[in-house]
Amino acid sequence: MTQSDTDIIVIGAGPAGLSAAAEAARLGAAVLVLDENDRPGGQLFKQIHKFFGSKDHRAGVRGYAIGDSLLAETARLGARIELGAVVYAIYPDRRVAVITADQRRLLLNPKKIILATGASENALAFPGCTLPGVMSAGAVQTMVNLHRVLPADKTLMVGSGNVGLIVSYQIRQAGGKVAALVEAAPVIGGYGVHAAKISRLGVPILTGHTVKCVHGTDRVEGATLVALDDKFRAVPGSERDIEIGCVAIAVGLTPLAELALMCGCKFTYIPKLGGHLPVHDDNMETTAAGIYVAGDITGVEEASSAMEEGRLAGIAAAEALGRVAPSEAAVLKQAVWARLNALRTGRFGQARRDAKERITAEGRGAHVV
Amino acid sequence: MSSNLAICGYLSADELATCLPAPERMAKGPVAVIECVQDIPCNPCEEACPVRAITVGLPITSLPVLDAAKCIGCGVCIARCPGLAIFVVDGSRPGDEGTIQLPYEAWPLPEPGESVHALDRAGRRVGTGTVEKVLSAKAQDHTAVVIVRVSKQLLNTVRAISVEGRAEA
Repeated sequence: MTQSDTDIIVIGAGPAGLSAAAEAARLGAAVLVLDENDRPGGQLFKQIHKFFGSKDHRAGVRGYAIGDSLLAETARLGARIELGAVVYAIYPDRRVAVITADQRRLLLNPKKIILATGASENALAFPGCTLPGVMSAGAVQTMVNLHRVLPADKTLMVGSGNVGLIVSYQIRQAGGKVAALVEAAPVIGGYGVHAAKISRLGVPILTGHTVKCVHGTDRVEGATLVALDDKFRAVPGSERDIEIGCVAIAVGLTPLAELALMCGCKFTYIPKLGGHLPVHDDNMETTAAGIYVAGDITGVEEASSAMEEGRLAGIAAAEALGRVAPSEAAVLKQAVWARLNALRTGRFGQARRDAKERITAEGRGAHVV
Repeated sequence: MSSNLAICGYLSADELATCLPAPERMAKGPVAVIECVQDIPCNPCEEACPVRAITVGLPITSLPVLDAAKCIGCGVCIARCPGLAIFVVDGSRPGDEGTIQLPYEAWPLPEPGESVHALDRAGRRVGTGTVEKVLSAKAQDHTAVVIVRVSKQLLNTVRAISVEGRAEA
């Protein structure tokens, strides 16, 4: 890894970061992607389901196949990917501090930085939540789809967003059982078609329910479920016990925005998008000049929109470096915005679009740092 | 949004009213049933249909509309739907039985001739079915389509099969 020839450093080799790298490299920028994991792709390689959208969004293609083609695209365009590389700081002079896989410490000095660090899964506290067998839904998905290990014969899923629904289906595909899926809210959070897929396989979806406690001596052996009233208070006498060996927690994600905070970016707080996140303008540039963001760090959505945001950031960063004429960049960005806006419509997408527009409204204008 | 789909995870009879084909159409031959009632951004079904019987249009969050008169029941749309929300029912055969084509994404695949549990939208066992054919072409990308024979009365009820414990014939 050398710094002399790097125009743009992308942090995070998930769908947003790889898309940003591909787009910037296509326009002639020298791009280096850093990722702390030992394989690239972020969560794409455990997404074994077919994606939604239109042909332009690669609808109907499974996540891992999209991951394969993104890797091929970045390789073909000459973007380098450095794995096992932990970015632990970005200094006020924009130098990027990295510990490489072979334990070297480097200070890199790119012209532009694109943060595509993703999000982390939220935890949930309840009696028994520290027992082995309680894990995030993403961890279950990694075990089942990447390592081909089923955590338990029977799982309790907590949370009915698309992650909870999809991972429940994938547990069934792997031959496991989902004893129940509980959702504290009165309605299912994710897509009805995902819910219908697991319902017809016999997974009970219990809205207005949560996990009261998990029991077991050395590991998860069972759980007590409880109904909730419309103020999310436990309904006395509604407890029921189930036998399970795993509790999967799918109660939302929080943007991994620490590096943006270090850069002095202006933040906003939008619970709908996962909490505290850096604001950005229509170019995905934060209020810290030369620092761009893309994907879940800008507010939790899904891989399809993360890839489009990455492409926007990649084009904009290359444009800022003079690698593409503003008129040409405008055409490219407009095409991406059209695809992005198509994903942010309908009853699930419109609320995200409204929230994202609040972010860009805050992020437009003069850069303060 | 207080629909049964949003509360329980499966469509109620009311919500299905706009999805299910007319009895006369089912008696004529195979026809698609598109159980997609939320405006999510998705349209591969429209492009999949070789006879242009499915329209989504713009915006892509519009619900798919099936022209049942045009639909030839070929089933190409079944494996193309990322939501696995399309089925093909056929009530045209003489006798008491008809067929359902449904998406299937687990191993092992059922075998032709095999007797299976027939499950409704809530996963309840509502009868038994006999597997007639299993289609798993490369273009389907690991979404097999199982053609299962069930009682004609169950054509609008059965939406999944289970090989668990192997149903008695």
